[in-house]
Amino acid sequence: MLYREAGDFKTSYQDDAQTFPIAFDRYRYYFVLFVAFAVIPFMITEYWEKAVLVPFLVFAIAAMGLNILTGYCGQVSLGTGGFMAVGAYAAYKLMTGFPDLNIFFVVLLAGGVTAGVGLVFGLPSLRIKGFYLAVATLAAQFFLVWLVNKWPWLYNYSASGQITAPERSVLGVSVTGPDVAPWASYLFCLVFVVLLAWLMRNLTRGRIGRQWMAIRDMDIAAEIIGVNPMTAKLTAFALSSFYIGVAGALFFAVYLGAGESESFGILQSFIVLFAIIIGGLGSIFGSFIGAAFMILMPVLLKNVLAGYLGWPTSIATHMEFVIVGALIVVFLILEPHGLAALWRLAKEKLRLWPFPY
Amino acid sequence: MKMTKLALAAAAAMTAATPALADLVIPTLNYRTGPFAPNGIPYADGFSDYLKLLNARDGGVGGVEIRELECETAYNTQKGVECYEATKGEGALVYIPQSTGITYQLIPKASVDEIPVHSIGYGRTSAADGKVFEWIFNYPGTYWDAASILTKHALDMEGGSLEGKNIVLLHHNSAYGREPIRTLEELATKHGFTLSLLPVDSPGQVQNSQWLEIRRSRPDFVFFWGWGVMNQVAIQEAANIRFPMDRFMGVWWSGAETDVLPAGAGADGYKAITWHQPGMDFPIYDDLKAHVYDAGNTSGDGAHIGTVLYNRGLYAAIVTTEAIRKAQEIHGVADITPPMMRDGMEALEITADRWAELGLEDFTGPISISCEDHGAPGVAAIQQWDASAEQWTLVTDFIEPDKDVVDALIVADAAAYAQEQGITPRTCE
Repeated sequence: MLYREAGDFKTSYQDDAQTFPIAFDRYRYYFVLFVAFAVIPFMITEYWEKAVLVPFLVFAIAAMGLNILTGYCGQVSLGTGGFMAVGAYAAYKLMTGFPDLNIFFVVLLAGGVTAGVGLVFGLPSLRIKGFYLAVATLAAQFFLVWLVNKWPWLYNYSASGQITAPERSVLGVSVTGPDVAPWASYLFCLVFVVLLAWLMRNLTRGRIGRQWMAIRDMDIAAEIIGVNPMTAKLTAFALSSFYIGVAGALFFAVYLGAGESESFGILQSFIVLFAIIIGGLGSIFGSFIGAAFMILMPVLLKNVLAGYLGWPTSIATHMEFVIVGALIVVFLILEPHGLAALWRLAKEKLRLWPFPY
Repeated sequence: MKMTKLALAAAAAMTAATPALADLVIPTLNYRTGPFAPNGIPYADGFSDYLKLLNARDGGVGGVEIRELECETAYNTQKGVECYEATKGEGALVYIPQSTGITYQLIPKASVDEIPVHSIGYGRTSAADGKVFEWIFNYPGTYWDAASILTKHALDMEGGSLEGKNIVLLHHNSAYGREPIRTLEELATKHGFTLSLLPVDSPGQVQNSQWLEIRRSRPDFVFFWGWGVMNQVAIQEAANIRFPMDRFMGVWWSGAETDVLPAGAGADGYKAITWHQPGMDFPIYDDLKAHVYDAGNTSGDGAHIGTVLYNRGLYAAIVTTEAIRKAQEIHGVADITPPMMRDGMEALEITADRWAELGLEDFTGPISISCEDHGAPGVAAIQQWDASAEQWTLVTDFIEPDKDVVDALIVADAAAYAQEQGITPRTCE
């Protein structure tokens, strides 16, 4: 009843082409933004910040990045962890090399550096596809992690190869380093998430996004109708790496505050890849819900099993793997297109309710 | 029905978790799962069993019960951060991270949250400089001490000179494994040996290429910084290529029963450094049996009692609870706070007599911590594996590290950290 286009009159083309054509969706979107910006910062505790919200936001950015490449452009990538490492080490070098540079720009520049690296590793995609490309990006993963180990300049020649984020602030409020208010680091990440999601939404609705999708659906047909596969694939690689680089920079500087090459292993690549597969390929909402599933489900299960039920921690951890694994299988069987497809279906049903035909 | 059961269980768990009026909270960031579990479990069992013994026999420390908060990290830094945030609000007195990666994560936070961090024989080596690292402790020794002691032992075996020798460092490719490199490089120039590095990526089940390299280059010694399944694999590989086992020496985290047993007779003669005695030939085990094992309170399945890492868990629990005792003594209150705990750790002194009172005579050397030196005493012995008797025996006395080399490096690294983080070192008056 509420969920209708009926009665919501559009009087301009701009209105007609808006992201949320249904009024209810629009209000819901503003409501979510309001809660995220104006309610959560007042309630957030350190546990919620460090264990729940900041990792969720960071991995949502990474998932959006991989979704650009895999979900929208159809190029499978297993190099996410490696690109996150590039973002993290670029952020570290920029932070220590230019202490006066605002951390906001440091994160953006780290994303830019990662975009450059991603572009280089995207070149093989012009010749190889599918599984072969997956293997090439897997090589990028191992190469990049090896490189950040091997090149002491990247970690300022510290004895153990550990990098630690120095204290930096935005508008006088510190967002990195040990002494950060939970709301500050949360809001800092949230601003990036909102900006990048907004950018992604507009990119995927426009010319570039349509080129990506044309390449994804059938590259030869796309080429025949005039899509240049080189620009399409390389822009996808560059933008995707930019997102993942930003995620890596935030992962290191804001979320953990310290890092080493080991934190960017193949496991991170898999977590992000699973997130977009479970959340939904080619969907921004899917990136969020997938990241939430992969990052927050283990924390939730841990708190329920070990915290409330009082199970021994080892059994709780083993069960966590079993339950998350089983849920992944169940969701993929019930909805191979991801949780976002379930959501889409629910919305379509809602539109017809209570008189489905 | 199901819901009521769940709700009941939740309610029961919540009432059970309600803190008593006064208790000493010690969070343990254990790992009983994952590729490092074979080493994490015995340590965690030893630690818990000693706390249970104190609660059962003495009613805690100074009349206040100890409450252990166990949190599973699986040796994963992200989970470690989650555990830290989840437990610090409960009044945690000290964090023992059990992982060099997590230690690095907690070092900047320790001084802000004012909760001491004790990395017991791991973590950031330069944290031994108490002037810069006020809240971090790493007694009884650092990896740089270990590297120096291993080199000294190698010197002894070679009759006093390592000139022209080849030493390989086979290490876990993480902050943990890279920690000794700086000292070994320094020692290589001092003693004239060549150092080559062979990193193994975590978790370390695959070491074929590294051992192929060792077989090809035939180094005089292999120093080994491994942990978890990596240890078992390395010792098996060394046995496979018939590397002389007495020239294959591990750090104190690579010398437990679980590491050598899978290689069977091939592991005979393997050496590792340690700072305490192996075995269960100590009176404390009678108390543990009476108050913990026979009472049915054994942590885990009890299969690891008396092993090297179980003893190390006991050791860790003892230095922690002795520091609590010291803090209670200094401040004259039984229910201490984390800053008081820090004072207790900094003034900790365990003499040989005290070790005997604790039921662990000659278990390890005396400890005396000071404001300047958070890494004392730094001495360790070499233990060797006897595969036929299936036991470790100490083959040397406790060896002093090369303090000239190690201390200079610690001061330099701590100063670099202080500069990077804008810390003014305190004066220890």
